[in-house]
Amino acid sequence: MATTLNIIESAYRATIEEQDDTIVWITHAMKGAGAELSVLLRGNAVNYCVTGQKAPEISFGAWQQTHAAQIDQDLIALMGKGVPVYVMEEDLAKRGISLSELISGVKTVNREGLLDLIENHDRIWHW
Amino acid sequence: MAYFYDLASGLKERGNTVTLFLIQNGVLPARKNPSDSTLAKLATAGVNILADHLSLQERGIEDNALVDGVASAELDVVIDQMADGVKTLWH
Amino acid sequence: MSEKKTLTFCLMDPPFENARTTTALRLIDTAVRRGHNVNIFAYEGAVGVPFSKQSAHANKVHGFEADEWNHPLPKDWVSEIMKHAEKAGSKVDWINCGLCVDERGMNEAVPGVRRGTPGDLVNWANTSDNTLIIPTK
Repeated sequence: MATTLNIIESAYRATIEEQDDTIVWITHAMKGAGAELSVLLRGNAVNYCVTGQKAPEISFGAWQQTHAAQIDQDLIALMGKGVPVYVMEEDLAKRGISLSELISGVKTVNREGLLDLIENHDRIWHW
Repeated sequence: MAYFYDLASGLKERGNTVTLFLIQNGVLPARKNPSDSTLAKLATAGVNILADHLSLQERGIEDNALVDGVASAELDVVIDQMADGVKTLWH
Repeated sequence: MSEKKTLTFCLMDPPFENARTTTALRLIDTAVRRGHNVNIFAYEGAVGVPFSKQSAHANKVHGFEADEWNHPLPKDWVSEIMKHAEKAGSKVDWINCGLCVDERGMNEAVPGVRRGTPGDLVNWANTSDNTLIIPTK
């Protein structure tokens, strides 16, 4: 089966409104539909690996949010389904995120690792 | 942009055939600029750099104003490469 | 003309917000003109691209009434691409992500557009010759 690398770069884009990162979400859905996928987080999306994040539940008037996004948990669930999650080392460093802050199971990669991933997957979907 | 240029350069260094197709505001760096040789260096390294003709016209960039090694092209190139199964990424 | 292939595109941007919508439709149009079959999976805001209730307006700043200004409507571009494909013997299959349609209330699309799921994108990726994701920012 063809393998797909989903590179996720855009981060916290409508995640409060959607209660999800919509690319992490569609990755779940596509895995469920039988796709062979890996995820690479780069740019601001590396912050998704930071453990313990939870969007506050917002309210407008009488409307109260009840299922705010917890993207780190979504990535843990994705890994539980067999989707490897990689994160760019240099983008973590640029943002002052130490390895000890990351959810367990993510694999850090450097520039050469990124090139390896691109060469070793049949499809590269850059989101 | 720097990330994508570096990706193109890295893949080329590994012996891959790489085309960088500039489109929309991505063509702006394709205008000759003595203070930025990034694209010229990529072209010298063997990355095939093309710029969408319509995007160039929209921005008033004539073919003779392009960085050495960058050529104006139509979207047909993208479609032909996709049809040939070339891994195609958008950034 | 090249051998007929099947190319899949995934779009995310709503119409009228940035250049990616036009570029995506130019790529799709080019693929059709070069004789290929094309699948389009519209995700998130892109479900608005074929929304049938888009309507043209005047431009008083430039001094034009609506019919004179001829404001582009991406839904018309989609319809024209589909018409051209039919004449040329190519297939254009446009799926709007159903959940994205629901949350935006964009239920009315031009003829030829249907609802689907991420499973359709997986199926298309597996059965087409290439897939390009055009992401939003």
